[in-house]
Amino acid sequence: MTTTYQDRPLGSAVHDDATEPFFAATAAGSLRIKVCISCRKPHWYPRALCPYCLGDTEWREATGKGGIYSVSVTRRAGPIPYAIAYVRLDEGVTMLSNIVDCDLDSLRIGQRVHVVFKPAEDKAMIPMFAPDQG
Amino acid sequence: MSIRRKACIAGAYEHPTRKAPDKTVAQLHAECARGALEDAGLRLQDVDGYFCAGDAPGLGANSMADYLGLRPRHVDSTDTGGSAYLVHVSHAAQAIAMGKCNVALITLAGRPRSEGSSGVAPRLVGAGTPDVPWEAPYAPVTVNMYALAANRHMHEYGTTSEQLAWIKVAAATHAQHNPNAMLREPVTVDDVLASPMISDPLHRLDCCVVSDGGGALVVVRPEIARSLKRPVVNVLGAGEAIKGQLNGQVDLTFSGAAWSGPRAFEEAGIKPSDIQYASIYDSFTITVLMQIEDLGFCEKGKGGRFVADGNLISGVGKLPFNTDGGGLCNNHPANRGGITKVIEAVRQLRGEAHQKVQVRDCSLALAQGTGGLLGSRHGSATLIMERA
Ligand SMILES: [Zn+2]
Repeated sequence: MTTTYQDRPLGSAVHDDATEPFFAATAAGSLRIKVCISCRKPHWYPRALCPYCLGDTEWREATGKGGIYSVSVTRRAGPIPYAIAYVRLDEGVTMLSNIVDCDLDSLRIGQRVHVVFKPAEDKAMIPMFAPDQG
Repeated sequence: MSIRRKACIAGAYEHPTRKAPDKTVAQLHAECARGALEDAGLRLQDVDGYFCAGDAPGLGANSMADYLGLRPRHVDSTDTGGSAYLVHVSHAAQAIAMGKCNVALITLAGRPRSEGSSGVAPRLVGAGTPDVPWEAPYAPVTVNMYALAANRHMHEYGTTSEQLAWIKVAAATHAQHNPNAMLREPVTVDDVLASPMISDPLHRLDCCVVSDGGGALVVVRPEIARSLKRPVVNVLGAGEAIKGQLNGQVDLTFSGAAWSGPRAFEEAGIKPSDIQYASIYDSFTITVLMQIEDLGFCEKGKGGRFVADGNLISGVGKLPFNTDGGGLCNNHPANRGGITKVIEAVRQLRGEAHQKVQVRDCSLALAQGTGGLLGSRHGSATLIMERA
């Protein structure tokens, strides 16, 4: 079976003080995560205060590389099937995302992926992941 | 301080409707309240504690307490999704033990079926929910947030779709004896596997029903329970927990039941093998499998083998579960199955389940709830009860 990836309309991103620096970075092609200034631990999803120690946090650029922790092809939630996944970034945090630009039926847990960006309705660039070649 | 034997479940009522477009949600709450109070043999005026969750229309308990004509001196509108009503039983027992109330009423009702709710639609959440900006673009819906846990379980432990299907087979076997159940036809493992794939690896028959309806419970001081005509069901122990994404250290191999379960067993002073009947939250088949492991009914990772071959079927297997047909076949009112889990456990302890599924001499039962999303954030509640 083959389920070829198709672009799915993405509603506007949420723009607020928590997300603006993130989407400014994705517009420039970079994925950022938050790291605690006090305890130095990274976390996901990004927060203003560290969920380990409530210290202040700062943005850090991520490599955008990781592996699939789990994946599911959702076939009956609208006309276009899509692959929802948890991707464990090499920085050690795991984020919810979609896997794109591939045969969705070929995806497997453990597979290496890298970040790509897909435009939302409001032109915000949403980080998603595509399988590495080979 | 423990709640062990400090409170009793004196009234339990499940609304028979499964589709109620002609009734308001408030009316359904009231009909459930009336049913549970009649079951207990108590009057509205006896109620001095009121509990409800996010399905109740209006502002917390304010709107419904007023609608019902209550004058509670103790209120609690803790909302942990579908597990909230098990938390309410625990909190009611705590309040009774502390002398804050004597007769606690818990109600749930909703009309998701009439209102067109679905497990493949985005979940409605309040403005400002902090995770939404980071997740909504990826189209998490109810079913795929359980499917992610199922796929990881299969990857780690070799769990199969056939094993998950056995959970539905057991529920359907029980549901054929429940005249109110939404789905009363027995099904086979092959039927489950042949049903449409919704989100890999969960098929349509791995998913619970969407139904209108509701239920209510009355929790009372033990002296009051003994003065009533109904069999006495003691609250023996309870545990609650919230499990999320662990700051980004996502681990889908266990549910919040791994935390709430041991707390409940410790308070009850019993072990999983003592349990004769278990109501296990069954939003999806994978929900059941993971909670069974996390509660200690079998070793982590061996849930697939444990649920296979009819081991959850009353009269056949070692752990009779969801003898009303559960959320998979009977009823999932308000998309929240917690209260029906307690109600069927009470029926079993009273010896009032359908005779075809009644567990003989059932004196220890467990109810387990998981509310929210197994694959991201959920509330877990475990409740252990005994027949006095
Ligand atoms: Zn910190």
